[in-house]
Amino acid sequence: MVMIFGKPLPLLFGQLLLGIINGSFYAMLSMGLAIIFGLLNIINFAHGAMFMVGAFVAWGLFTYLGIGFWAALVCAPIIVGVFGLLLERAFIRRIYKLDILYGLLLTFGMAQVLQGLATNYFGSSGVSYNAPNALSGVLKLGFMYLPVYRGFVVVAAIIICFVTWFAVEKTRLGALLRAATENPSLVQSFGVNVPRLIALTFGAGVALAALAGVLAAPLYSVNPDMGAQLIDTVFAVVVIGGMGSIGGAILTGFGLGIIEGFTDVFYPQGSAVVVFVVMAIVLLARPAGLFGKVA
Amino acid sequence: MLEVQGLNAWYDESHVLHGLDFEVREGEVVTLLGRNGAGKSTTLKSIMGLVPRREGSIKFRGEELVNARPDIVGRRGIGFCPENRGIFAGLSVTENLLLPPIVAPGGMTIDEIHTLFPNLKERARSPGTKLSGGEQQMLAIARILRTGAKLLLLDEPTEGLAPVIVQQIGLMIAEIKRRGFTVLLVEQNFRFASKLADRHYVIELGQVVDMIPNHELGARMGELQKRLGV
Repeated sequence: MVMIFGKPLPLLFGQLLLGIINGSFYAMLSMGLAIIFGLLNIINFAHGAMFMVGAFVAWGLFTYLGIGFWAALVCAPIIVGVFGLLLERAFIRRIYKLDILYGLLLTFGMAQVLQGLATNYFGSSGVSYNAPNALSGVLKLGFMYLPVYRGFVVVAAIIICFVTWFAVEKTRLGALLRAATENPSLVQSFGVNVPRLIALTFGAGVALAALAGVLAAPLYSVNPDMGAQLIDTVFAVVVIGGMGSIGGAILTGFGLGIIEGFTDVFYPQGSAVVVFVVMAIVLLARPAGLFGKVA
Repeated sequence: MLEVQGLNAWYDESHVLHGLDFEVREGEVVTLLGRNGAGKSTTLKSIMGLVPRREGSIKFRGEELVNARPDIVGRRGIGFCPENRGIFAGLSVTENLLLPPIVAPGGMTIDEIHTLFPNLKERARSPGTKLSGGEQQMLAIARILRTGAKLLLLDEPTEGLAPVIVQQIGLMIAEIKRRGFTVLLVEQNFRFASKLADRHYVIELGQVVDMIPNHELGARMGELQKRLGV
């Protein structure tokens, strides 16, 4: 058997895949956080809860309405996005003028409420959600076995990240978004309804979290804490990548997933903390993050 | 075209404009002259709806806008070029140029703008704030020429620019006027203003204290210099 650094090759590839999959979720979630932070100046602590709600909505659509995975990939983000839009209109818009800590507390509270409700109705052990038949099974790649659904998640995540990056960096809507991040009142004086743009951006960021939640549902147990478990690492990713940079969030998300995966092979005890060690080092060397603009 | 009557404006607790009256007629270039802090920029921002509290009357083509949101004012056809030029660092020159939505037909086309400002074409892909100060000023004016807005509010377009650039900006504004735009200009540099404007309003402590038609400017220069403290 081929060995690298004393580890069998299939194990390394397996961990690489695991790292890329975790990285996919880090990237999708930190991208949404970066967009929301850029325009709303809100550190959305409810992002993990929205991810969890997305997974539960997909489960609910199937269990109660018989709506399957493919339709859920479209429906769940729309449902959760509209829910986010309502939260923005009802609560979040009231605190834009206040210190950033209020936003953090408000969204933290929202996350607690959503997780509490989910625990109340579904129990803390959660429910299970199956991948569609078309994506079941395993591909034999020669050097490793690749479960089809995992491969699908990686490809889907890369497409989602690219589309989002393209929309923000290369389209007219994205230009409005970036301009409104810099100087909202000037953009508004040009005739753009900026409050509406902000609400829709929050809705879109939240929808992105829900989409990640749907993709995660067949991989992980759908449970009330699934978002909370992930979101700590995602925040570290955002800090490392630099707040407000979409491309940075994507690269850092995948990169840290892979680093985490390999740490698990070579120093398993460190795999849970390696992201935070990287965060500490990056903060010491580049306080604005790897891709952040120094203010 | 624009009638401002009894305009009062406040930033938080500080009362900045105290019953301002003036008007701008279609096709005119009108300047607001005054010392620093007299309320010239605040007047422009109040028209745009960018000052939190406003009272009085701001009528544009007969429509009352004193309580309108900035996006509504922009949609009605008033283009704003702010004091710091407001070029977006995160956007390329072309993205800056194309950012303001079209609000009415009859704006200039991109080709016309590129003919008028060849630099903006050459540097289309550079980040907006990598342009020189003069180029940024031209970009800030150019981007409101294509929206179809017919009344342009320009806040100190010559501030901090070298004399030769100031001259170019002057030629630009003359060309804009020739094309039928109406301009309300805030200026400290009244020699610059005197070459362009039809009328001048002098603002002191948030009120209009005088209106000078441009042809009387020479005769009243001494009086004006005293007012402006130059």
